[in-house]
Amino acid sequence: MPTNSPTLEFKSGSFSVPILILFTDDLKAIGQQLQEKVDLAPEFFKNSPLIFDVQELNKLSRALDIPALVDIIRQSGLLPTGIRGGTTEQNKEALALLIPVYSAHSSTLTSADTQAPKQKIIESESSVNASATIITRPVRSGQRLYASGDLIVLAQVSAGAEIMAEGNIHVYNTLRGRALAGVQGNVDARIFCSDLQAELISIAGNYKISEDMRDVVSKKSVQVYLQGHTLIIKDIV
Amino acid sequence: MTRIIVVTSGKGGVGKTTTSAAIAMGFAKKGHKTAVIDFDVGLRNLDLIMGCERRVVYDIVNVIYGEATLNQALIKDKHCENLYILPASQTRDKDALSQEGVGQILEELAAKDFKYIVCDSPAGIEKGAHLAMYFADDAFVVTNPEVASVRDSDRMLGILASKSRRAEQNLEPIKEYLLLTRYSAERVKIGEMLSVTDVQDILSLHLLGVIPESKSVLTASNSGMPVILDEKSDAGQAYADIVARYLGEDKPHRFIEEKKGIFGKFFGSK
Ligand SMILES: Nc1ncnc2c1ncn2[C@@H]1O[C@H](COP(=O)(O)OP(=O)(O)OP(=O)(O)O)[C@@H](O)[C@H]1O
Ligand SMILES: [Mg+2]
Repeated sequence: MPTNSPTLEFKSGSFSVPILILFTDDLKAIGQQLQEKVDLAPEFFKNSPLIFDVQELNKLSRALDIPALVDIIRQSGLLPTGIRGGTTEQNKEALALLIPVYSAHSSTLTSADTQAPKQKIIESESSVNASATIITRPVRSGQRLYASGDLIVLAQVSAGAEIMAEGNIHVYNTLRGRALAGVQGNVDARIFCSDLQAELISIAGNYKISEDMRDVVSKKSVQVYLQGHTLIIKDIV
Repeated sequence: MTRIIVVTSGKGGVGKTTTSAAIAMGFAKKGHKTAVIDFDVGLRNLDLIMGCERRVVYDIVNVIYGEATLNQALIKDKHCENLYILPASQTRDKDALSQEGVGQILEELAAKDFKYIVCDSPAGIEKGAHLAMYFADDAFVVTNPEVASVRDSDRMLGILASKSRRAEQNLEPIKEYLLLTRYSAERVKIGEMLSVTDVQDILSLHLLGVIPESKSVLTASNSGMPVILDEKSDAGQAYADIVARYLGEDKPHRFIEEKKGIFGKFFGSK
């Protein structure tokens, strides 16, 4: 190791961090819904950073108890790393808990889904330009992928691999691992696949395991969609 | 340009060390200056397979800790003058290796004009296996025709694609090759083993060669001679083919079909 190498360096980087937008000050309801979301993709959310946004609430002048909220978020296994849209008082409370304050002004935040604001409790920052993520190399056992929009995989997905998308999943090869579409609760998400031999498929938390798919013919193009709470697997002709 | 090749598998006992010894000797016999490094600290046995265990003075850990120079630790092979062996330590534990230390050794070998550096990985996905593959340009993924081995190879391929230097620095990915070893066409036929097609179907990987299950491997390792030196043996020929294919020669695959008896030879359909 050369002795004149630098000790440290500052670089700017940008990350995609989930933002939790709150529409209610009912802490119990928040805790419950948060847990439900986390349960959909536990591995993904485990120790994930999270910024919570209280702008909407403050518009209704419903001031939330920040320390209590932080507790709830931590209990669900997420790590709160910022507050957005807080009042001076709330920002102070957050800073006391060593949580950085972000300015409410943000171009990335849009509430695309206005019909059911109460349901939409987590919004990924990148869901705005939710373009598709394209993967060209095999997804191997032990690898995990998460896309905030659609996910398109042009190679195989091995047994023991896990792919997740907030939107649709397309696999133009053999799917042997686990595929979870609509992981943020999008019931209209679908899975398309040219050879379904999956260990598990799921749409918005409704799943089938390989045992339930014994009569699916391999090496045939299929699509999977949700009808009520049932996953339907249909040939694409 | 030096090419660093890792021989890896995930699963233990599939034939990594046998393969490392054979291909390193193969490259050297073709006239390329080659080094083979044992990364299995604590369980070294490459030196046994290479028949140089009595000449080990210093090992890779000594070099990393500055207790010996690389020149002092490299053992010149007695069969081929282009071949050098860097043994692992028997006495240290596997945490004695560091990424920086390994990187320095590889750089020094490159500076000494080694053409091929073969890294014999330990089993598993822990530190030793990680360091063996981290700097690699090519990976020889050694797989036996059985489900557990195939699954572990797949896992290792995921690690090669995400945790290597090439992955971290966004360089061209490691080139991956499949070596299917301990293959027995007879056992495939009666359904006791996966076939070449089955394995390729699951891994979708470029097949560099099939090495048959062969007594010659044990005989070779007992006498401290890489099996490739036994030119009459099937396993030796399989490794020679693999070396030739890797170097760009066009060799049709062998040892995939069942051996035909004397009748088959005369009257067989193929
Ligand atoms: N083609 C073959 N035919 C018969 N036996 C073989 C063949 N290849 C390897 N073996 C035997 O399998 C055993 C394991 O081989 P080897 O030590 O090369 O595996 P390894 O992958 O390096 O093991 P480890 O994970 O412990 O380092 C040895 O006894 C060896 O002789
Ligand atoms: Mg070994």
